[in-house]
Amino acid sequence: MLPGPSDAAPRRARGALESAVLDVLWQADRPLSPGEVRGLLARSEFAGELSYSTVVTILTRLHAKKVLARSREGRAFRYAPLADEAGLAARRLTALLDGAADREAVLSRFVADLPDRDEELLRRLLGGAPEQVEAPGGGAAP
Amino acid sequence: MTLRLVVCLTLLFPLPVLALARPIAARVEPRSATWLLTGAAVALAASSSVALALAALAALLRIPAVAALGSWSPAVIGRGDSISAGAAVVAGALLGAALTATARFALRRGLALAEAFRHARGLPGRGQVVVTEDASADAYTVPGRPGRIVVSAGMLDTLDDAGRAALLAHERAHLSGRHYAFTSAARFAAAANPLLRPLAAAVEYTVERWADERAAAAVGDRRLVAETIARAALAVKHTRRQSFPVAALGIAFGRVAVGVTGRVTAGPVPRRVAALLAPPPGRRWPLQVVVALMVAIAGFCAVDAAHDLHELLEAAYIGVPRH
Repeated sequence: MLPGPSDAAPRRARGALESAVLDVLWQADRPLSPGEVRGLLARSEFAGELSYSTVVTILTRLHAKKVLARSREGRAFRYAPLADEAGLAARRLTALLDGAADREAVLSRFVADLPDRDEELLRRLLGGAPEQVEAPGGGAAP
Repeated sequence: MTLRLVVCLTLLFPLPVLALARPIAARVEPRSATWLLTGAAVALAASSSVALALAALAALLRIPAVAALGSWSPAVIGRGDSISAGAAVVAGALLGAALTATARFALRRGLALAEAFRHARGLPGRGQVVVTEDASADAYTVPGRPGRIVVSAGMLDTLDDAGRAALLAHERAHLSGRHYAFTSAARFAAAANPLLRPLAAAVEYTVERWADERAAAAVGDRRLVAETIARAALAVKHTRRQSFPVAALGIAFGRVAVGVTGRVTAGPVPRRVAALLAPPPGRRWPLQVVVALMVAIAGFCAVDAAHDLHELLEAAYIGVPRH
């Protein structure tokens, strides 16, 4: 079978494709080759949309993200989920929400990103006894 | 409807509230602050949109063909409404932009929330807390019915039992308080009137503070929560996997100068820690009353302007022409 046009995929949100591929690998109980992944995806909503090269691209990308483990078998690579079930599900979520472009607003993270200067400040805050730390705004009444 | 009133409602009334957003976020008890700032954002966005709509509508009705539709006299409307055609066109364009922006925001946020709800159901296990085997420290809540809390093994390793209790209490507070609804409402308002963006950013910060204070009440130790936040933030920073995208983790309130030591510009994490190390925040009624008053005035002006236009239309009514 000839590979289809590889630019068919970008029309979909990248996150949705990645999560579909992850779904397939997650349900399989052994490492899969790109061809097998594509075969299993043919039953999904992405049927006919994914060329062989698109599947390879997605698998390579997921491997680069350390979501998938890769092992060589003959000429082809085989891929298996690297993370546990919960971790994988969580990553699928973040991958999907990446596509939604509104993820930061939907997932509330315990702690925001910490710039270097804030790290220093944090260490100083915790180093001092509580009474040495001035309240924001100095505690002055408005 | 005068141009001055339109300008007041869209541009001027939000300004004092914006100036107060930062002190309120820093000093007012965070649950009250969240309600107040979210309410103010929504009310000010509504009043500015009403002002733009009235200005555009009044000018539209001066066009004879449009006035004929409702049997109004364009001349009477023209005498009662002082907004120039140019200003009305600007108002109409701004209103169109506001409606487009809010519709786009609502769609995008709605889809993201629906996705989150679906995945909250799909996360493995039946418990509220999902632990991933991820070695890098991470913890977040996924809104849903029921919402879920995702914590990585790396994060659990970083904290002791008391710290874990504080972390979970913080995340549970997000879920039980439906904090995503506040942040979404405030962002929705900011989409309608971009001047209100600082209010939305402030709400994103105050919901974190709200959850922090709930956690402090749950574990009975504010300093413990402060230390947990600090430890978690440092762990996230130092165990992060470089290859996995960690973009846009919501630096909640931008980089705003708040005097932790009086001089330093601090991000949200040190400010949360400093707030927990300081005495518990009070109600600060004067701050709250000023904001409520400004919002009430803006709301009254908007309603009054709508009433004026309604009366003008009644005066301009020339009846159905007899055949």
